[in-house]
Amino acid sequence: MYVISTVFVAYLIFSSIEELSTWIALLWIVILFAGTNASINSFRKESGRQFYYYYSLCSPQAIILSKMVFNALLLLCISALSYVLFTLLLGNPIENLNLFLLVLFLGTLGISTVLSLSSAIASKTNNNATLTAILSFPIMLPTLLTAIKASMLCGLGLGWEDCQVYLLTLALLNLVVIVLSYILFPYLWRS
Amino acid sequence: MRNWWKVAAIILLIYTVIGGFLVAVPKQVILYESIRNLYFHVPMWFSMIFLFLMSVVNSIKNLSSNELKYDIRAKELVNTGIIFGILGTITGSIWAKFTWGAWWVNDVKLNGSAITMLIYLAYVVLRGSLDDEQKRARIAAVYNIFAFVLLLVFIGILPRMTDSLHPGNGGNPGFNNYDLDNNMKLVFYPAVLAWILLGWWIASLKIRMSNLKQNSIE
Repeated sequence: MYVISTVFVAYLIFSSIEELSTWIALLWIVILFAGTNASINSFRKESGRQFYYYYSLCSPQAIILSKMVFNALLLLCISALSYVLFTLLLGNPIENLNLFLLVLFLGTLGISTVLSLSSAIASKTNNNATLTAILSFPIMLPTLLTAIKASMLCGLGLGWEDCQVYLLTLALLNLVVIVLSYILFPYLWRS
Repeated sequence: MRNWWKVAAIILLIYTVIGGFLVAVPKQVILYESIRNLYFHVPMWFSMIFLFLMSVVNSIKNLSSNELKYDIRAKELVNTGIIFGILGTITGSIWAKFTWGAWWVNDVKLNGSAITMLIYLAYVVLRGSLDDEQKRARIAAVYNIFAFVLLLVFIGILPRMTDSLHPGNGGNPGFNNYDLDNNMKLVFYPAVLAWILLGWWIASLKIRMSNLKQNSIE
């Protein structure tokens, strides 16, 4: 719903976007905010009794990994939806499509993993929703900037050789975030 | 003598200020005398990174031992680091105004420093929203480690991939190249050491104050 309404607003304002950079910026902004909205709730539901049930049931590593998988799938759905809507309503200026989809995949994955741990941290406090945004935005920016640069290059139709560095950086960032969450989450869980 | 490093910090700082303003510097187009800012602007960032690094070390110790004293250290190191970050931004901004003609430009390194500040302000906000001490210590430590590692990846990789006005990128030589002559090195390296020592000193004073406050509450 969130995605559809924002894309529709963008469509009403621009009707058709000539410039590549505007298109890409809008797409990532929509994905970022829709994704944040979606995954803020991912830990809030577990603050009550369910929390203790899970606690007795399985290890914290299993929980954070499953949360990340769930968030990743959710955000991938969101970004796929927004990409399809963008293409339908605003046209598709991307030249190198396969590579762009890969960038979209990696970028969304990066956003979702950062959001998972941030919302886990924020769920331990009282003002959950605001804090998730405050905590996650600065550490998401590296991923986001790399993804935007890479999608610009794909949009211009450049090939694998030119985007390689950015894609590797995105993959590396993903890996770092996943490993860190895996190591650090048990300490959060214990409290 | 236990406090020899504080004496060393004072002597080195005096040396930095006197040497920084008086020792001859190479004449460079555009830069001219503003090159002396090198002794103040660059060490600010070095000290900031050093303080944040020490803070992360204390956060790791806190997670492994659950002792509150490490949490206090981590907190005050971050606070001191933020002061140095602000000073670094101000000196950099003044330098940019005189060499590039603007207070702020859209540039990888400048954005990196802005993101750094945002991350640590978020850390302060996170601490502010938690009341229970043990819980706050653990959660803040988790965020501190998480943010610092991502930050290292960010400032370690991204600036190397893009062009930049800032020295050290995109064809602009860094300060370790030919434009830093021996005279400048003689001042620059002690300056770095001096500012780091000063940062450490301020942080240790703040840590002692926090500890005293903590004790008086108990």
